[in-house]
Amino acid sequence: MLEIKNLHVKLEEEDKQILKGVNLTVGEGEVHAIMGPNGSGKSTTSYVLAGRDGYEVTEGEALLNGQNLLEMEPEERAAAGLFLAFQYPVEIPGVGNMTFLRTAVNAQRKARGEDELSATEFLKVVREKAKSLKIDADMLKRPVNVGFSGGEKKRNEILQMAMLEPKLCILDETDSGLDVDAMKLVSEGVNALRDGKRSFVVITHYQRLLDHIKPDVVHIMSAGRIIKSGGPELALEVEHNGYADLLAEQEQA
Amino acid sequence: MTRAEMKQRKLDATSERVLGMVMPQGAPWANDLRQDALNRLLSMGLPQGRDEYWRWTKPDSLTAETPTQAAVFHSDDTPIFTALDRLKLVFVDGVFDAAASDALEGENLEVMRLTDALSSDIHWIKDAYGALEKRAQDPVDRPLATLNTAFATDGIVIRATGPVSRPVSLIYLHKDESSDAILHHVIKLDAGAELTLLENGPAAARFNKVMEIEVADGARFHHVRAQGRDHERRAVTHLFASVGSDAAFKSFTMTANGVLTRNEVFIDIVGDDSVAHVAGAAMGDGDFLHDDTVFITHAGLRCESRQVFKKVLRNGAKGVFQGKILVKQAAQKTDGYQISQGLLLDDDSQFLAKPELEIYADDVACSHGSTVGAINEDALFYLQSRGVPHAEATDLLTLAFLAEAIDEIEDEAISADILDRLEGWLARRRG
Repeated sequence: MLEIKNLHVKLEEEDKQILKGVNLTVGEGEVHAIMGPNGSGKSTTSYVLAGRDGYEVTEGEALLNGQNLLEMEPEERAAAGLFLAFQYPVEIPGVGNMTFLRTAVNAQRKARGEDELSATEFLKVVREKAKSLKIDADMLKRPVNVGFSGGEKKRNEILQMAMLEPKLCILDETDSGLDVDAMKLVSEGVNALRDGKRSFVVITHYQRLLDHIKPDVVHIMSAGRIIKSGGPELALEVEHNGYADLLAEQEQA
Repeated sequence: MTRAEMKQRKLDATSERVLGMVMPQGAPWANDLRQDALNRLLSMGLPQGRDEYWRWTKPDSLTAETPTQAAVFHSDDTPIFTALDRLKLVFVDGVFDAAASDALEGENLEVMRLTDALSSDIHWIKDAYGALEKRAQDPVDRPLATLNTAFATDGIVIRATGPVSRPVSLIYLHKDESSDAILHHVIKLDAGAELTLLENGPAAARFNKVMEIEVADGARFHHVRAQGRDHERRAVTHLFASVGSDAAFKSFTMTANGVLTRNEVFIDIVGDDSVAHVAGAAMGDGDFLHDDTVFITHAGLRCESRQVFKKVLRNGAKGVFQGKILVKQAAQKTDGYQISQGLLLDDDSQFLAKPELEIYADDVACSHGSTVGAINEDALFYLQSRGVPHAEATDLLTLAFLAEAIDEIEDEAISADILDRLEGWLARRRG
C-alpha cells in the first residue's frame, strides 16, 4: 500500500532538515501508529505525503500502490486514494460543508473517470454517514469548520474520510483536543472504515487513542527517523517510561 | 495659483463645457427645476482629478465633451433575469423603447416615461424630481448628478401604491458606439408599498444615470443590478434614497469589468426602526476600475444599516471603495456595519479603500472593517487535499469571498441568477 524509502525533507524557507531518512512500509489493511516526541517529524511526514507547499524533498521516495506520490499534485494524491485527517482542520467561511463534501466527492470521482453522484444520491449517503458520527443537519449546513468545536472539527474530518473512501488514511493527532466521549466517537468512526483492505497511519502522542484504534505496528519517531518499531506493546512501554529510555538506547546504538 | 483661482478655473471650464448642451423642455415647473440644477452645477463645478472625492477615479472621461467610443459588446449568453416574471422596460442607448417594452401598467403601479411626467402636471413628481439629488449635495458635491438633473433626456417614473408582485426590470441596450446617455429615474413607494427593481445591460458608450427613490413608512424597496461585461463601459450612477420609518431599502450590485464604473449611493434614513442595506460584488480582470462610493446618514432612532462590498481583482484591475456612515446626534441605538474587502488574484491589481465613520450620538453600535488579501493558502491546500483541483478550489474560495455580499439578496431566484453569472465569469477564465 504505502512505501516510504529513505525520505529526506527540508524546509524550503530555511535550511533546516526535518526528515533524515524515513523508512516505512504499510501493507494492505494494516494499521500503523507513529509516536514520538514533539518536533520529531511526525506531522511533517503527513504533510509531505499529502503534498503541502513549503517542503523540499532532498532524497528518497514515497509510493502509494506503486505510484510516486511526490510527483503528484495534492488533488491527484487524494484521487489516488490518500487521505489526511488534519491536526488543525481549516475553517473556510462562505463554503457550506455540504457543498464542500459534494465538490470533493465528485472531483475525485471525475478524476477516476467515474460518474458524478447526483444531489439525491449524495444526500442519502451523507445523511447516513453523518448520523453515525452524530453530525446533525445544522453542522452540514454551516460553513466548513467555522464555529465548530474541537470535537466537531475532528468528527467532520472523519465524515470526509467516510465519504471519500480512501485507500490510505493518515490521522494526524486526531485525538488532540478531544474529550473521552469524542475520542470514542471518532475512534468508532475510524474502526467502521476498517475493512481489511483500507490502511491507516495513526500519528499520536498518547497511547490512549490506540486503546480504541488497535494498531498492528507501532513506530517510534525521533529527530527525523523511525528509531524503533514493534507491536502494540511498544506504545504501552512509551506510556509507562516516556521516550527517554528509547532515545538513550538509540544513542548508544 | 490660489484656491480661489483654482475654483474659478474649474467653474469657467464647467460653464464652457455645459454651454452648448441642450436642456430638454417640458412643463414650466420642470424647466425651472432643470434651470435650478444648472445654476447649482455652475456654482459647484464639474469634478476634477484633484478633488478629494475623485482622487482614485479620474473623472475626465465622464466630463469630457464627447464620449470615448465604446465597442458594442456581443455575447451569446441569455441575458440575466430572463427567466423571471417581470415588467420589462427597455432603453436603447438611453432612449426608451416603447415597442420593446411591456405596457406601462401593473398591479399597484403607476409607470410613466420621464419626458411625459415632466411635461404634465403631476403633483408628486413636481416635488420629487431632483429633490433627493439636491439634498444629497451636502456635505459632498455630486456635480455629475446635478448635471443629470439639468440635462436628463429620458428615464422612468414609478409609483408603487401597494405591494407590487412582479419586479420592474429596466433593461439597457447599447447599439451605438458613441452614444452618450443621461437617464433619470424617479421612484416613489407609498406607505406600505413593496417593489423590486432590477437593472441590467450595457446602456451606452457613456452612461450617466440618476435614480431617486423615496421609501415611505412601512414600505420595502429591493434593488438588484447587474453591470455586465461590456469592457469599454464608462458609467457613473447615483442612487439617492430617503427612507421613512419601519421601512426597508436594500440594494445589491454585481459589476463585471468595464473601463470605468463609479456607483454612488446616498441614503438618508430619516425615520425610526428602518433598515438600509447596500451591497456589491465586483470582478475585474484587466485594465478596469470599479468605484463604490457610499454615504449613509442616520437621523432616526434604532435603525440598522449595512454596507457590504467585495471585489475580486486581477490583471491590473482596480477597486475603489469610499464608504461613510454618518450618525446624527438624535440617531440613538443606531446599528451600523460596514465591510469592504479586496481579493487580489495577482500582484498587479489594487484595492483602495476609505472607510469613514462620523458619529454624534452616544448610544450606537457601529463596526467597520476593510481588508485586502490573496487566496488563503491553507484553505486552498485543504480543498486540494480532498481532491478538488487547484483551479476549481480557487474558484470555490473566490465565490466564498463574495458570499457575504450575495447573501444580501433576499430573493432566492434572483440570487441564484447572480451566482450563476459569477460562476460563468470565473469558468470563462479557467478556460
